[in-house]
This record gives sequence, structure tokens and C-alpha cells, in this order.
Amino acid sequence: MIETQHLQKKYGDLIAVKDLSFKVETGEIWGLLGPNAAGKTTTMRILTGYLPASSGKASVAGYDVFEQAEEVKKEIGYLPENVPLYPEMTVEAYLGFVAEIKKVPKNRKKAAIDRVVETTGLSAVRKRLVKNISRGYRQRLGIAQALIHNPKVIILDEPTIGLDPAQIVEIRELIKSLRGEHTVLLSTHILAEVTQVCDGVVIINEGKLMAAGRLAELTSAYREKDGVYLRLKKADDEALNLFRQLPGVENAVREGEEIRLEWDRNLDRRDEVIKCCLEHQLGLIEMRSLALTIEELYLRIVSGGIEQ
Amino acid sequence: MKAVWSIIKKELLSYFTSPIAYIIIFTFLLLSGFFFYSLVSWFNSIAPQLAQNPYYYQQININQMVFSPLFNNLSIVLMLMLPLLSMRLFSEEKKMGTEELLFTSPLSITQIIVGKYLASLIVLFIMLFLSAIPTLFTFIYGNPETVPFLLGYLGLFLMGAAFLGLGIFWSSITENQIVSAVLTFGTLLLFWVLSWVSYSARGIWQGVLNYLSFFEHFDSLTRGIFDTTDLVYYLSFAFFGLFLTHSVIQSRRWR
Repeated sequence: MIETQHLQKKYGDLIAVKDLSFKVETGEIWGLLGPNAAGKTTTMRILTGYLPASSGKASVAGYDVFEQAEEVKKEIGYLPENVPLYPEMTVEAYLGFVAEIKKVPKNRKKAAIDRVVETTGLSAVRKRLVKNISRGYRQRLGIAQALIHNPKVIILDEPTIGLDPAQIVEIRELIKSLRGEHTVLLSTHILAEVTQVCDGVVIINEGKLMAAGRLAELTSAYREKDGVYLRLKKADDEALNLFRQLPGVENAVREGEEIRLEWDRNLDRRDEVIKCCLEHQLGLIEMRSLALTIEELYLRIVSGGIEQ
Repeated sequence: MKAVWSIIKKELLSYFTSPIAYIIIFTFLLLSGFFFYSLVSWFNSIAPQLAQNPYYYQQININQMVFSPLFNNLSIVLMLMLPLLSMRLFSEEKKMGTEELLFTSPLSITQIIVGKYLASLIVLFIMLFLSAIPTLFTFIYGNPETVPFLLGYLGLFLMGAAFLGLGIFWSSITENQIVSAVLTFGTLLLFWVLSWVSYSARGIWQGVLNYLSFFEHFDSLTRGIFDTTDLVYYLSFAFFGLFLTHSVIQSRRWR
């Protein structure tokens, strides 16, 4: 549904996006991850037809972004980083205006407004002026305008930025509800968001593609070591030495209150570890597996292999 | 056309939900009312004296003595006011980030520019229409010629349309409304006085400078002379402004 091939964008001498190729399947939610100035916003702007690429191809909903810009624009709902609102309009008038410029037929305009007001929970502020509504409502209104013409593809640039935790959860639920009917590409800094919301990620840094794929595939592909975190009542150096002597255990270090053990990903040493704990009465409180979290994956990819 | 109409509606809403349109229209009406009043009083005081003399009696003409200077004054007021009307057209969208919404919608750049421009023309029309109401009393109590009067207003409207065309161009250059207004005003003033240097210019340049000057074209319209050169001048000036705006937006996005 969204596809880019060797996309490149230069601003003068600065290369903002470099040879970027990725693909998002229909009905899925994908995250675009990267540090600040990685080229996330530029990529989204190219996809939405706001900026042209310097070279390369991009297609959305089967249309070429450069050749068939108008068709693409009809199929895309876009929430830019700065929510594009007119403060002097009421929420309803604003949505009406967006519906008109997105070419929603006149007889369906009212229904379209009702629908997005309902799904984004804006009923309480429907008649209020945009300048008088809270940050959370503005962000929701931003999402509402992206949904008004029921587009196939929705592109959201940092949809949860600046919201309080409760609002973040609400917006995430809202985004999740778009799965299936819409294809969503969202950019974010919050890695937990990706695990909770997204089917896959595209990680970019300095305009270059670092990794792209489904979450499960990526985390297993980038995991070199398997292992566990242990919480023990007796977590002293003696205990550490005991674990180091276990066959196959390559690394045993203390991390805060926990002990981290690592072994080759083809082995499983959990039984041995438990046995060891019991034999030496170390007081096992908790053991959890050392799955590669999205945070670790991200740091490893973006900063080029931090072994943490 | 429907798309253009949505833009027009939105722009008019912006004009009339903020104080800007009211302030501009109010100030314009205040000044035009003052000019009209002072010209009519002057005319009233001088006309009986002139009527004593058979030679001057022939010269008494309300069109020339009241309307012609009135239109000249109003054209200066328009030059001061219209940059304030056009300054927000694109600058504001850029500053607020709303241009990203406009330019990712299925509307063409031309539709957006035309919509915004027409909205500013509508405000200009309202301004001129309201300012014409008091002058209608001269038709009740006197007998001015209608055609030169209407031509004068047409001239003001066309001139305003040209000013706004230039204003929308400067507005597309910057996200700062003050910068946009100052540049518009500066350029307008320059075009206004361009004919001043034509006296020292030689050959074809004299004609070119005179042709480009606003002043030269407006003078004949206020005297009730309709010349298609003037019409072409104002329309092409406005069109050129819109064309440049289109180029600016296009090139900024394709850079």
C-alpha cells in the first residue's frame, strides 16, 4: 500500500533522505523510527506529496506520488507534526472545510463529520472554537481531519507528542482501531508505542534505512545472545561466580538489583540456572527471559551496536 | 470551482472573525468620509463665488472638483490599507503550519491562489461599496455625471486588484506578515512614483517608466476617461502578481 524505492531528498548539500526503500502492506500499522533529524518528517512529506523527492520512486495506494499526485492526495489522510488548525474556526466548521478541500461529496459531508467526531471523541467540543480547546482535543482534531475523507492510507507524524499519559493511551487505542480498514504509517519517539501499536517498523538514521520489518522478525534477527534476568535474595559476588562456572553461560553481570546471564542463542540454560539457585539456596525471587526489547533493538541499530 | 469556493469561504471567515477586516474597512470609511466631507464643503464654499464670474461659471464641475480629488485621495489610502489585507494570505498559513494541510489536499496551487485572491477582492469590493454610499447624496442634491463617477470607482477597484495581486506575491515569500506588508507597500510606492524619474529618462525609457507607473494610469480614470491601456495595465499587473505567487510556491516545493 505504501512503497518507496531508492528515495532521495536533498536540501542543497544536505541529504535528508538517502536511498530509502521500504514497503508497508495493506491494513497494517507501521512505525517510522529514528532520532531527531533522521528524515522521518521529510519522508512523510514526500509520501503525502507536500515535498517532491530529488530522486527515487514512491507509491501510495497504487498511485505514483509524483506522477499521480492528485489521486494520491485523495487517498491519504495526513497529520503533520504541527497540527494544521485554524484557531478562529469551530471544530465543526474546521472539519467541514477539510471535508470540502478533500473533495468529500456535499451530501456525505455531514455524515463524515459525525463519523470522525464520534471516533475521535470530539462531541463535547464540537461547537467550540479551535483556539479554546485543549491540547489533547487539538491533537484529536488533527487525527479527525486526517480521517474525514475515509482515506486508505493514514500518515501520522508524532501523533501522541505533548499529550498526557491518559490521552496517549486514548490516541493509541484510536490508532489501533484503524488497523485493517486503513493502512497507517506513524512516526514516533516513544518506543513503547511501537510495541503496543505497530505491526512493523522502519528504522532510519541520518536519512538512511537501518532496518525494516515486522517486530518479531527484527527482534529475533538482531538478537545474538539468549539469556535471563534473575532476582535473588542473595545476589553477591559469590553467586555471580557460581553462575559464571555453569557450562555455556558466557556472561554474568549485575545490573542494579538484577543479575543478567547470557548464553549462545542456540542453547537453553534455564534449567541449569534454576538448579544452581536451589542447590546453593540463593533465594530465587524472579527469573525472566532476556528478550530483546524494542529499546535495545533501536539503540543497537541507531548507534551502531551498543551491547546492552 | 467548488474547491475555489471553499477556499473563498474559509478566507472570508478568517477576515471577518478576526478584527483585521473590520479595522481596515472602518479606517477606510473614516478616511473616505472625511475626504468626501471636506471636498464637498470646500466645493460648497467656493461654488457661489465662482458662479459670480461668467468665465469660471463654465468651469464648475462637481466631478472634477469633488470626485476626481476624492478618488486620488482614496487611491493613496488603498495603497496604505491593502498591504494589510493581503499580508496574511499565505504568510499566516505558513506560520501556522496550515499550508501543509492545503498543499497535501487534492486542490491545485492555482485553485488555492485564486480562492485566496478572490476573497481579498471581495473585501475590497465591500470597502469600496460602503464608501460609495455617502457620495450618492451628491446625486440627490446635485447633478454629477454618472459615467465618470462609476469609472472612478472601477479604476479604484482595478487598482486595488493590482495592489492585492502584488500583496499576495509578497505574502507567499515570507511567513512574517509585517515583512509581507512592508514589502508590498514599498513596492507599491515605488511603482507609484516611477513616473517622477521619467522626466530625466531618455527615449523609450521615458515611455516605459510612464507606462509602469500607477499614477499615470489612474489619473485618466479619475477624470472619467476610459482607456483600455489602463484596464490592460491593471489586469496584467494583478495577473503577473498571481503568476509570480504560483511560481514561488511551486519552486519552493520543488527545490
